[in-house]
Amino acid sequence: MEYFLQQLVNGVTLGAVYGLIAIGYSMVYGIIGMINFAHGDIFMIGAFHALIVFLILGAVGISWLPLALLIVLIVGILLTSLYGWSVERIAYRPLRSSPRLAPLISAIGASIFLQNYVQLAQGARPKPLAQMVSGGITLVQSDAGFAARVSYIQIVIVLLTLALMAVFTWLIKGTALGRAQRACEQDRKMAALLGVDVDRTISLTFVIGASLAAVAGLMFTLYYGVIDFFIGFVAGIKAFTAAVLGGIGSLPGAMLGGLLIGLIEAFWSGYFSVEYKDVASFGVLVLVLIFRPTGLLGRPEIEKV
Amino acid sequence: MTGLLAGLDGNRLLRHVLGAVLITFLMTSLIVGLELVATQTGLSLRPRYHIVLYCVVVVALGSTAVFALAERSWRLPMLVGVVIAALLLVPLLTGNLASDLAFLLPFPVAPLNWLALLLPAFILIRAAQLAYASARPPAAAARRREMTRTGKLVSLGLGLLLILVAFAFPISPWGSRQLVDILTIVLIYIMLGWGLNIVVGLAGLLDLGYVAFYAVGAYSYALLSEYFGWSFWVCLPLAGLFAASFGIVLGFPVLRLRGDYLAIVTLGFGEIIRVVLINWYEFTGGPDGIGGIPRPSFFGLPFQANPPRDGGETFASFFGLSFDPYHRIAFLYYLILVLALFTNWFTIRIRKLPIGRAWEALREDEIACRALGLNPTNVKLAAFGIGAMFAGFAGSFFAARQGFISPESFVFIESAVILAIVVLGGLGSQLGIVFSAAILIGLPEFFRELEDYRMLAFGLVMVLIMIWKPTGLVSHRDPTIRLHPRGDGR
Repeated sequence: MEYFLQQLVNGVTLGAVYGLIAIGYSMVYGIIGMINFAHGDIFMIGAFHALIVFLILGAVGISWLPLALLIVLIVGILLTSLYGWSVERIAYRPLRSSPRLAPLISAIGASIFLQNYVQLAQGARPKPLAQMVSGGITLVQSDAGFAARVSYIQIVIVLLTLALMAVFTWLIKGTALGRAQRACEQDRKMAALLGVDVDRTISLTFVIGASLAAVAGLMFTLYYGVIDFFIGFVAGIKAFTAAVLGGIGSLPGAMLGGLLIGLIEAFWSGYFSVEYKDVASFGVLVLVLIFRPTGLLGRPEIEKV
Repeated sequence: MTGLLAGLDGNRLLRHVLGAVLITFLMTSLIVGLELVATQTGLSLRPRYHIVLYCVVVVALGSTAVFALAERSWRLPMLVGVVIAALLLVPLLTGNLASDLAFLLPFPVAPLNWLALLLPAFILIRAAQLAYASARPPAAAARRREMTRTGKLVSLGLGLLLILVAFAFPISPWGSRQLVDILTIVLIYIMLGWGLNIVVGLAGLLDLGYVAFYAVGAYSYALLSEYFGWSFWVCLPLAGLFAASFGIVLGFPVLRLRGDYLAIVTLGFGEIIRVVLINWYEFTGGPDGIGGIPRPSFFGLPFQANPPRDGGETFASFFGLSFDPYHRIAFLYYLILVLALFTNWFTIRIRKLPIGRAWEALREDEIACRALGLNPTNVKLAAFGIGAMFAGFAGSFFAARQGFISPESFVFIESAVILAIVVLGGLGSQLGIVFSAAILIGLPEFFRELEDYRMLAFGLVMVLIMIWKPTGLVSHRDPTIRLHPRGDGR
């Protein structure tokens, strides 16, 4: 029971991180129909920004945690979203009307570039960060002495994710930008005819996606305490799997998919084997796609002549 | 000054360049400007803003040139190109890298500094083209029409010429050991590209896990020779068979999916196979891989200095030659050349068979195919299986050449590189794949000393080629036959 609860807590935390990255994939896929392969690397750059800003703050002497977190959040989002914007501007926008595979290759190229750029700039060694938040709450303790615990970091991560989801849902449902975005998603040409600035909307979609990835990067840095230039690849694939699992193009689906992937990973590593946790999440993905090809919450795509 | 800016909106140019500079500065300010240094107490930061300054200067000059070129103005880019070239050339030629200009050349290796000259060279060439075009209006349309007519003949001739050169190369005076080795690697990728071309180029199925079948082929040979002691020539067809059956087994449930879903599932399968290879320690050797894989022999004649213990002959003694390790390298080169050409020949032939026609038809319009009574799943499965088979052949050759394989060689990036070769070459174009494999694999092999910059440039080149030619280097993706000739208006 305690063990189960502990895996549940770990899975939800992991799922929150995956979900935030998955939203970026899902939004971009929804609006321009391409897999943004560089998104995982944007997440990695977000993690690096968080680490560097934490170190600057430590050097300056700001140690009150809420303030430090807020500064890291703002600076990280600002700088990381610039990467999202530039990648779209340089690598994707010129290819918007070309064959479907061209932007995909360009995206893979951008991903390789970003990975090696960070490796060149900061070296290949893993970068550790001293633990910022320690301690936690013990939920249940079994007779055998095993305790299910929620660390404060996990609470921060889940709360931050919930808050972001609320802001994000409002952004999509209630603002002019969200309306423009949904319009572009349905029919780009029609939206342009009705006066929606399509280029700007797509750019902003990338900026929002990158911001969420930056927050995910911050969480990853806090939670694991070690980052390197390669974390973006694995997290990116998992998050994309999550987006497909939830139904690509659907934003609640992305969050749900992220949560599911996180839980599958946590429970599989907890009860079966850590080594095969990736196999488990991909296996579930394959099963879902075979029996429900549009993902859990995706709308069926009807192909017409 | 006005002449320089002819045809340009000065305000827009200024806004464009300042925006690019500001964004570059912000983007590089933390990641590049501050170096994370490991100390005893953890990490500390060391500023190095001279590199940020370098990035900003390069972006400022580059964005000026790109903006002006996009507006079809050539005088300004010409000037920018000359300025960059001068800034690079002066310290390079005088050898005075430690001078004040040294911040412009932060690269630790000399070839990279020379490569940096490609940027101004490109700008200058493009500017010269524009200047030439503005001087006399082109008759491009007429020329292009003529091109398509002779295009087929030209590519045929070029292909035959390339094959001849490829066969003659190792025995020519230029055939050094290192060069033949590099060409062998390039040929492996050409073969993989041709194999994947069947899946992606002909049948239009996006496969991001192609390397999985390559791995199956490599491990088939390695394991069969380790456990049963079978020779390369027995294992080669078996490896292809195994890979093909893997392709069919994996493909069966997923080929109903469309487009990008297929991409992600194949990617997932690629990762699954790699994870299994890493963790199934007792069978595959896990991350340690398998070593001591026997090299292929020349119809039973091994390539070694001393005759085998059971008294047979070696390649050198049989032909009365003195032993030379170069023989084996050249033999491996010819082996992969023949295998690759077989792949090519097979593809060209199968395009003319009903199954090949069905692939192309399916790629163009799946609904129409279904209406005509083709079974899409079977047609796709055939493409998937045959593509996998060639990956299996290439894989077993790879294992035989390396003598050692580990899951490290079969990571996702390999799949991405193979796909990039196919797409950059121009989907469906056999010759284009040769060019793009030479560019993507051959060039980086020559620049091994650039180390980390190599992959950086690799990513950049992928993006730039796609922007420059979105349909690939040799772009024709026409179906092999058409009912009505193109431009018929029907």
